[in-house]
Amino acid sequence: MNTMYFTEEHQLFRQSLQDFLKKEVVPHIDKWEKTGTIERFIWKKFGDMGFFGLNYPEQYGGLNLDLFYTVIFLEELQKINSGGFAAAMWAHAYLAMTHVNKEGNHEIKEKYLTPSITGDKIGCLCITEPFGGSDVAGMRTTAEKKGDTYVLNGSKTFITNGIYSDYLVVAAKTNPDAGHHGMSIFILDRDTKGVSATKLDKLGWRASDTGEIAFDNVVVPANQLMGEEGKGFPYIMQHFALERLIMGINAHARAEFALEYALQYMSERTAFGKTIDKFQALRHKVADFYTEMEICKEFNYSVAYRLNKGEYVVKEATMSKLQSTKMADEVIYGCLQFLGGYGYMEDYPLARLLRDSRLGPIGGGTSEILREIIAKMVIDKKDYKPAT
Amino acid sequence: MKILVCISHVPDTTSKINFTDGDTKFDTNGVQFVINPNDEFGLTRAMWFKEKQGATVDVVNVGGPETEPTLRKALAIGADGAIRVNTTATDGFAVAKQLADVIKNGSYDLVIAGRESIDYNGGMVPGMIAGLTNANFVNNCISLEVDGTNAKAVREIDGGKETVSTTLPLVIGGQKGLVEESDLRIPNMRGIMMARQKPLTIVEPNGITTETTTVKFEKPAPKGAVKLVSPDNLDELVNLLHNEAKVI
Ligand SMILES: Cc1cc2nc3c(=O)[nH]c(=O)nc-3n(C[C@H](O)[C@H](O)[C@H](O)COP(=O)(O)OP(=O)(O)OC[C@H]3O[C@@H](n4cnc5c(N)ncnc54)[C@H](O)[C@@H]3O)c2cc1C
Repeated sequence: MNTMYFTEEHQLFRQSLQDFLKKEVVPHIDKWEKTGTIERFIWKKFGDMGFFGLNYPEQYGGLNLDLFYTVIFLEELQKINSGGFAAAMWAHAYLAMTHVNKEGNHEIKEKYLTPSITGDKIGCLCITEPFGGSDVAGMRTTAEKKGDTYVLNGSKTFITNGIYSDYLVVAAKTNPDAGHHGMSIFILDRDTKGVSATKLDKLGWRASDTGEIAFDNVVVPANQLMGEEGKGFPYIMQHFALERLIMGINAHARAEFALEYALQYMSERTAFGKTIDKFQALRHKVADFYTEMEICKEFNYSVAYRLNKGEYVVKEATMSKLQSTKMADEVIYGCLQFLGGYGYMEDYPLARLLRDSRLGPIGGGTSEILREIIAKMVIDKKDYKPAT
Repeated sequence: MKILVCISHVPDTTSKINFTDGDTKFDTNGVQFVINPNDEFGLTRAMWFKEKQGATVDVVNVGGPETEPTLRKALAIGADGAIRVNTTATDGFAVAKQLADVIKNGSYDLVIAGRESIDYNGGMVPGMIAGLTNANFVNNCISLEVDGTNAKAVREIDGGKETVSTTLPLVIGGQKGLVEESDLRIPNMRGIMMARQKPLTIVEPNGITTETTTVKFEKPAPKGAVKLVSPDNLDELVNLLHNEAKVI
């Protein structure tokens, strides 16, 4: 245990979460990976255990704990080898719910945040569009004001929890001529007329329902607008810091899982009369991998520490995701190699882990876009300010 | 009803077992500790008495500060208070003497201990504390009901069961059956947060000295290599069992 950040209580939480995942989740993972559908009961169980409320106000049923509980939540979800299951949980708890908590008013929070914490309602966050994901400001979905309603038209794609969620947090242009100043955030129920969704087949994250969503003249009451009209872009950017750090933490945790698994395997597998963890060529690779993983982990913890204190760590969170996802892909690729042919087999965890990890440098801002942001900050001295 | 659950802090069953100090001490390096499984069944049954019959439940451990996370977990599961007797647990008698004082001072009606702890497997503590505190005793207990001061317990006996009727104060040596594995509780977030506010009292030991010393621990001899015989080659199997293993 790293006592700089984790207390005995954090440790108790980690153990409980491990026990819970082993008992309630792991027995179902292979089935959910096959069907691409996470059964509803597990959401409720997460809610009953209090896992969705770690970071949210007590007023709405949360526990208002420090960010290191979230770090543990994310890390342990990466260690049961289903990137898709993990994504479903954290996309609900940290993509959708973050917006509801930060931009939603009291009524919206009572209607959506409270049941999200109890696991009765599942959310998704819809930003990416078929015409472009990296260029967030260039989105085409519109929300036209008509009396005391808005009418949404357009489509979103690659949305995690896009099929089975109960509500959608949607970014749309309320003033298409105003560029990124014309974007707003809405919350709407899945069963609103004109909303339809199609499930997408994909390389990894197979337990997660990634969806394409169409909005066809969807009428949304004006009180489902979250925060101020026109502030959507800064809201999204602001939360990207947490989102990117989450993806960085996920990356170091799955790399650690891969290494722990591979080391165990290597201590049992023999070749040429000795266990393969005695071959120097492999030992040095393990040493490099561990070093890279630990450095990312320590960096991510320090960024989490600063974010928890309220610092605006956009640059560091961007670096966290850029570097940790790259490291995870390399480590997992290497660990699969340690297993030889077994690494390629579905009966062993590395095959799925390799697929799932590949999303790291793509989702939530591609590595190219992250480099653009870092370059602007370190070369052009661009300063990203929090939305007020 | 005041219940005391004795909690032993033991290595997780998947731990690698090694010894240090000339094979006289267990090597705790890298070992994860848990609530002794027999005690966890007992604690879970105690929670049932708390919820259904309004009992109060304390937990106790004889051990150093390193055992506190285990006691905190018991508090997070729902115990009302915890006591740690601040001394290293050496042998069964020394532990029983410490526990007997805690029991007397707290006037407990029911003491739930595990039949044995899975580390040293002494299995002596429950019987000894019953003797030292003049309480009734049921060992290998797989079911327990209490009505006022009357108790009905079922104990496992070789190949069957025995139902026992007795009265409080009572000590049981509990095991699986008191509750099932699926009944065991994982502390939820509220429990973990509440555990922070519950008392964990540290009691100084009563000066009992240990009269036994460990001379040496030994592990079973490592298993020999496995020989695989093809199912088509039964003659070879018979030959090996007869001539090499000499078992047929
Ligand atoms: C499984 C999965 C789950 C997802 N979940 C969600 C979700 O829940 N919600 C959501 O809103 N989105 C989600 N996404 C979308 C994800 O965030 C986008 O895929 C990502 O932002 C990239 O957008 P794009 O796919 O449109 O790629 P594009 O923007 O078309 O980029 C294509 C390529 O061009 C590069 N590129 C683009 N612009 C530049 C530039 N200026 N300089 C250099 N290179 C550039 C990119 O790096 C990339 O390599 C998910 C995606 C996947 C695959």
